[in-house]
Amino acid sequence: MKYDVILAGVGGQGVLSLAAIITLGAMKDGLTVRQSEVHGMAQRGGAVQAHLRLSDQTIVSDLIGKASADMILSMEPIESLRYLAYLKADGVLVTSTDPVKNIPTYPEVEGIYATIRGLPSAQLIEAAALAQQAGSARSTNMVMVGAASAHLPVQEKSLLAAIDELFSRKGEKVVEINRKAFQIGWETAALAV
Amino acid sequence: MPEAVLLGDEALAMGAIDSGISAAYAYPGTPSSEIMEYLQAVAPKYGDFVAEWCSNEKTAYEAAVGVSLVGRRALVSMKHVGLNVAADPFINSALLAIHGGLVLAVADDPGMHSSQNEQDSRFYADFARIICLEPRTQGEVYEMTREAFDLSERFHIPVMVRLTTRIAHSRAVVQTGERRPQNPLNKSTEKAGWLLLPSTARKLWAELLENQGQFLAYAENSPYNTLELNEEFFEFGVITAGLGWNYYMENRDEMAVKPSHLHISVYPIPGEKVRRLAERVKRIVVIEEGFSFIERALLGILVPAVKISGKEDGTLPSTGELTPDNVREAMGLKPKQGIEATGLEIPGRPPQLCAGCPHRDSYDALNQAVAGFDQKVVTADIGCYTLGYLPPYQAIETCLCMGASVGMAKGASQAGFHPVVATIGDGTFLHSGITPLVDAVASGSNMTLLILDNSITAMTGGQQTILTSSRLEKLVHGIGVDPDHIKLIIPLKKHTAENAEIIRREMEYEGVSVIIALRDCIQTPKEKKKKEAGE
Repeated sequence: MKYDVILAGVGGQGVLSLAAIITLGAMKDGLTVRQSEVHGMAQRGGAVQAHLRLSDQTIVSDLIGKASADMILSMEPIESLRYLAYLKADGVLVTSTDPVKNIPTYPEVEGIYATIRGLPSAQLIEAAALAQQAGSARSTNMVMVGAASAHLPVQEKSLLAAIDELFSRKGEKVVEINRKAFQIGWETAALAV
Repeated sequence: MPEAVLLGDEALAMGAIDSGISAAYAYPGTPSSEIMEYLQAVAPKYGDFVAEWCSNEKTAYEAAVGVSLVGRRALVSMKHVGLNVAADPFINSALLAIHGGLVLAVADDPGMHSSQNEQDSRFYADFARIICLEPRTQGEVYEMTREAFDLSERFHIPVMVRLTTRIAHSRAVVQTGERRPQNPLNKSTEKAGWLLLPSTARKLWAELLENQGQFLAYAENSPYNTLELNEEFFEFGVITAGLGWNYYMENRDEMAVKPSHLHISVYPIPGEKVRRLAERVKRIVVIEEGFSFIERALLGILVPAVKISGKEDGTLPSTGELTPDNVREAMGLKPKQGIEATGLEIPGRPPQLCAGCPHRDSYDALNQAVAGFDQKVVTADIGCYTLGYLPPYQAIETCLCMGASVGMAKGASQAGFHPVVATIGDGTFLHSGITPLVDAVASGSNMTLLILDNSITAMTGGQQTILTSSRLEKLVHGIGVDPDHIKLIIPLKKHTAENAEIIRREMEYEGVSVIIALRDCIQTPKEKKKKEAGE
């Protein structure tokens, strides 16, 4: 088994923390993990991406090749389309619908959604609104982890355990909100599949 | 053995800790910063070693050499261009009778994710005539860092561990081993081994050259340099180095044959192994991350007996990073192309100054100030504020290397240009901006220096600067800038007009003037919180 994910977003959106949860969850399932990140200048509001590779065998390359990713998981709709060349023909794109309009030439959002809906397999998740439902706008990332988990070869309980572990020092309430956000994300994605 | 998920940078730090370092020194720079960040984060847990940021890479390197002199082990880490700054002590230290293990970890940035060039540090190791280790997995980063300390003490040389962006910033499971104790204080007894006078240096240089045979023998026999021969396929063979191996192996299963393959992780280049490969094949494809270091060594100037392919003949791109895709094409496999979305142009999203960043208000004021002049030169430097080149500010015109804004402004003004403004961050000023300001004051240059003081090294993730902001003004004063022309401004929107007026007046002043624009980086509270939480 091999499962490759391209994570996308805008610097400051917490793409790396999203990667960290999935990585930890996959490790709890006994999978081998390789996670390549972007640090430095790009993190200042620019397009950021991370390559996350899961396998039950050895992983040799830190980077995912073109037409090889099983999933593009994005915190931002236009960013989800930037790396399409990396998505397999039968790969799935899961993205938040919430635009980050920090550039002057941001395209009209309905056009972006239409393009995404036109792909063979794509899910648009209203992450910010769902995070509010879970109890905090800050749990947007966990909504997206939940949505991704409907497709990922990682057990739900392992991802939840990863959430517990990474958020425990922030207190019980934060853990609860993030667990709930995960659950809502999962339900939204799983029902749509 | 214990396991941990570590970035390549963190694996290097862990390797150094387990090698028994007494001290580590660094200057922040992507993609190397996380080495020191990790050392500082885990220092309370793993014992009493020094883990400090320094003014610049040169001072960091020199401190590490001092640790070695008294018999203890030291790590010094930096990014590739940082080694230019530390080149003087680095190259010379190869001649010294290195005593406690001295390891230089240097992280190159091919593709220039966050750098001004993509130089390859293997050339520096070769220049200094020392051993260089180039790991390809996070596990190897850990093991090779340990090996580097052993080699340093065995051969009495500094040893380089070369990382590149994708290994430095990629996470994988790393198995760690036993931690060994630090060396006891034990000052070197090599009296002539630490002092480079021509008479001693000639002897030490001859010794270093004599030892080259031992370094080469080590590289030839290293189990990291593996040669696999295919006795039935002669069309071509492959040499991989560093991450070239990863991308080659990612594609190899799809290749019809497995060609003969030499992997090089340990330098000097194991010539005998290369020759053994060359005997078997008509062509060698060299897949290496960075410059064409091995490839050019094989090519030389005379026509080689075997055709050499790689970055020089266009088999692989000569700039940027290796990827699974460009290595795939170099191996003659059909390129892969994923899904294409039609009808939508994806706009670029370059990095930019954060909302609320003090540099935004400084640049607004600067732009207003220079607008009153027919012409201007605005030099700048390395940091977040280099983004002021981009719209909407377009406030700066140059970026060369750390500290160059000040020296270039001095030169432009002495060439007769007026007005000239240099902009530099506080971290960069402390790194390399002080000495050119001394020059400017000494020569009475007609220039204005705008220090964008956000009290932190921001671009690399918020490391504490070496001097607190409150001391900057005194420092500038001490250099001899006229106190009437040292101005402090607070870069806030409401002060912009007033700040622009101050900058304009100082631009008109004939002589060196310094304006310190003081306001904390907007990320500071966030970074502080993160560090306190141990994230």
